[in-house]
Amino acid sequence: MMISNGIEDEEKWLAEGIAGIQHNAFYLHRAVDSNNLREALKYSAQLLSELRTSKLSPHKYYELYMRAFDELRRLEMFFKDEDRHGCSIVDLYELVQHAGNVLPRLYLLCTVGSVYIKSKEAPAKDVLKDLVEMCRAVQNPIRGLFLRSYLAQVSRDKLPDIGSEYEGEGDTVMDAVEFVLQNFTEMNKLWVRMQHQGPVREKEKLEKERSELRDLVGKNLHVLSQIEGVDLEIYRDAVLPRVLEQVFPDEYHLQTLETLLGACPQLQPTVDLKTVLSQLMERLSNYAASSPELLPEFLQVEAFSKLSNAIGKVIEAQVDMPIVGAITLYVSLLSFTLRVHPDRLDYVDQVLGACVKILSGKAKLEDSKATKQVVALLSAPLDKYDDIVTALTLSNYPRVMDHLDAGTNKIMAMVIIRSIMKNKTFVSTSDKVEVLFELIKGLIKDLEGISTDDLDEEDFNEEQNSVACLMHILYNDDPEEMLKIICTVWKHIMAGGPKRLPFTVPPLVFSALKLVRRLQGQDGDVAGEEVPATPRKIFQLLNQIIESLSVVPAPELALRLYLQCAEGANDCDLEPVAYDFFTQAFVLYEEEIADSKAQVTAIHLIIGTLQRMNVFGVENRDTLTHKATGYSAKLLKKPDQCRAVYACSHLFWVDDQDGIKDGERVLLCLKRSLRIANAAQQMANVTRGSSGPVTLFVEILNKYLYYFEKGNPQITASVIQGLIDLIKTEMQSDSATGGPASDAFFTSTLRYIQFQKQKGGAMGEKYEPIKL
Amino acid sequence: MVLVLALGDLHIPHRAPDLPAKFKSMLVPGKIQHVICTGNLCTKEVHDYLKTVCPDLHITRGEYDEETRYPETKTLTIGQFKLGVCHGHQVIPWGDLDSLAMLQRQLDVDILVTGHTHQFTAYKHEAGVVINPGSATGAFSSITYDVNPSFVLMDIDGLRVVVYVYELIDGEVKVDKIDFKKTTTATA
Repeated sequence: MMISNGIEDEEKWLAEGIAGIQHNAFYLHRAVDSNNLREALKYSAQLLSELRTSKLSPHKYYELYMRAFDELRRLEMFFKDEDRHGCSIVDLYELVQHAGNVLPRLYLLCTVGSVYIKSKEAPAKDVLKDLVEMCRAVQNPIRGLFLRSYLAQVSRDKLPDIGSEYEGEGDTVMDAVEFVLQNFTEMNKLWVRMQHQGPVREKEKLEKERSELRDLVGKNLHVLSQIEGVDLEIYRDAVLPRVLEQVFPDEYHLQTLETLLGACPQLQPTVDLKTVLSQLMERLSNYAASSPELLPEFLQVEAFSKLSNAIGKVIEAQVDMPIVGAITLYVSLLSFTLRVHPDRLDYVDQVLGACVKILSGKAKLEDSKATKQVVALLSAPLDKYDDIVTALTLSNYPRVMDHLDAGTNKIMAMVIIRSIMKNKTFVSTSDKVEVLFELIKGLIKDLEGISTDDLDEEDFNEEQNSVACLMHILYNDDPEEMLKIICTVWKHIMAGGPKRLPFTVPPLVFSALKLVRRLQGQDGDVAGEEVPATPRKIFQLLNQIIESLSVVPAPELALRLYLQCAEGANDCDLEPVAYDFFTQAFVLYEEEIADSKAQVTAIHLIIGTLQRMNVFGVENRDTLTHKATGYSAKLLKKPDQCRAVYACSHLFWVDDQDGIKDGERVLLCLKRSLRIANAAQQMANVTRGSSGPVTLFVEILNKYLYYFEKGNPQITASVIQGLIDLIKTEMQSDSATGGPASDAFFTSTLRYIQFQKQKGGAMGEKYEPIKL
Repeated sequence: MVLVLALGDLHIPHRAPDLPAKFKSMLVPGKIQHVICTGNLCTKEVHDYLKTVCPDLHITRGEYDEETRYPETKTLTIGQFKLGVCHGHQVIPWGDLDSLAMLQRQLDVDILVTGHTHQFTAYKHEAGVVINPGSATGAFSSITYDVNPSFVLMDIDGLRVVVYVYELIDGEVKVDKIDFKKTTTATA
């Protein structure tokens, strides 16, 4: 309600104000004409009271102010003429301070002050100082700003500039500068305070008013520039830092960027440029962030290139600036760029390029502060871009990394990997993988100056595990591209050396096996296409890759991987390939795996894998089975032999392959394992004086039951009965040590048999003859 | 009510970089009383992580485990139940229920937890229950195609155990449950 009437009301108040001024002016003129100082002061004070209003916007206030201003000019002339009013200027200066209200008092004081300075009865600087400080009494922004504007205006031609008549002993250019700066500072404060005044809904109105007053504040800068005595030296040492320190309106900084920045290179090294420029860039970043519509302004003003050039010049000019200083400046610039122009990768690359220039020609960084800054520089794009790969396309990125010492290079590589893992976006082309692995090369192979022996083991393991995890993020749906990726990775990791290969080879192998599986489902070769990715090709590559483990050496790992490949080849129906992988596995077993425990596990893995193979023809299968059984029987410890041999029995009986159900050979295996178990018992008797637990026999019994149920014709109820009786005898014999475990095992086996008997039906019939 | 987490075959970092985020956020420390792991972690980091989920950690050795001193089999008693753990690559044919039943009889346990196939299964047979929690990371397996990440949570309460299986399918966690009751005569 008030707002819509606002404009009309303002007109009304302005009119009232003007009327008030005119009214008092009439009497003021009369007083002046009759040289009546007292009256003049009275009416001028009343006149000036109109300026105490809070009701007007700056625009309207200005109109009022101008009326008052005109009157004050006339008053000033009167004050000057001492003969007319008979009061000394010193007394007059004191007299006007009796005015009732502060605002009129100060306007009068400034007016008298002007005359005072002109009279030279006191040093200019003293009067000016007095005035600029007294004006503090008015803290209302609009009134204060106009008051100080008045002060600036009347003092303009009275500054103790070089060559001016007001220059004198103790009165120098510096005093003039100081005065203007102080007035300016105070005006700025008032102007800033306006931002925080008033209720939120009036914000728009407030902003409008502020912009109207902006020029008042800016006039001070103009005055500064007019002071002749302000040479470059003074400007750069005294004026500029103060100006830059101000709580400035951001639009100022942006529009006057060129001027501001032009002065920077000239500044003394003692001026903390880094902070000044960083703060400037920070302010501008915040400003840009406040509204996307500001971006064109930034582009129009060419903020980036100006800042970039300025920093370059500063660094050039300050030859003694330590590297850390230069890099810090670029970190700030990068931060600015990432916030204001994130889409301009060319800008980002430029900043990095500038750093490369600084770092070039110098030895690898040793200063830890500088190193930290470089790491900050390199980390910034990683944090900013969701798709890490974007950062990877910056051509100068690796060049900056090259300047890090080996240790920091690795730290940075870890940072990169962590970033990628966090973002969970796949790196999907072999080109990108190439770039990535170049960047992290410190982790992939030994760089100059560091050998893997120097490294802390835990750190090293952590690094390598990171690289291994990274490999799972390298992926493309297209098999051709995926194969290219795998080849690229292999190219890089193959030079990793014996310490790294055990970490990096397995994930690559499994990546490749996954690719093979994808290709399995596809139809054969696509005619006319150039060398498509085929399982066969991939298996050839896999062979090479696993082969590399021989330098470590890591035969157990390699054996496992060969077996995985054999299964993969089996699923692709590639008999010779599968056979070859088994051959490799056996060779490793024969020649490289000597530890007995490792042998037990290895032979079980071979048996387990072989048991699942369906691609082999009779001959091949026989050869491999024969080998497996042979090695099983040759394990060091008898119980291990026994178990491995009965495990081999499954090689002769595969449920879903009718061709592989050789009951006789199953039985042969089981009998063989029984003999071994016997021998084990006897040995125990001889060596320990008591036979060992009957566990092995119970295990074999369970295997007999297994085949019995599967319908192996060779395994009859009587065979089972015989075994049960054998075990019972063994358990009851004097030399039996037994053990609760084997007892419980036997018991539960018998219980199982009972359960099956009670099942009835075919199973029950089968079990019927067995007596417990 | 005792909560037992059973998981395994993570194969970190050989075949997977980490547990799925959705699983990690469910495995909050302090909620679970025991953790059973069938093996193939493979690294110390994974071991340490599991320990933070619950300090009572039981692990058996998988064929890719870095730590070779984990036992081949383990048995433990929780409430009224005897549990046995074994990775399963030792039991041939791999994944064969009858052969696993033999192991169960041998270890004399009510619940046998085993892995290696990366395929979740929960069977009841004469000797008790065989549970395979699958692969917690959905790691590649030569035995099972299209492995979904999965793990098992057992709620043991008196003579009853409720087996919850959590599977990550197409980005969503799906839960299923199976009830088992033990008759007191089953074990000596």
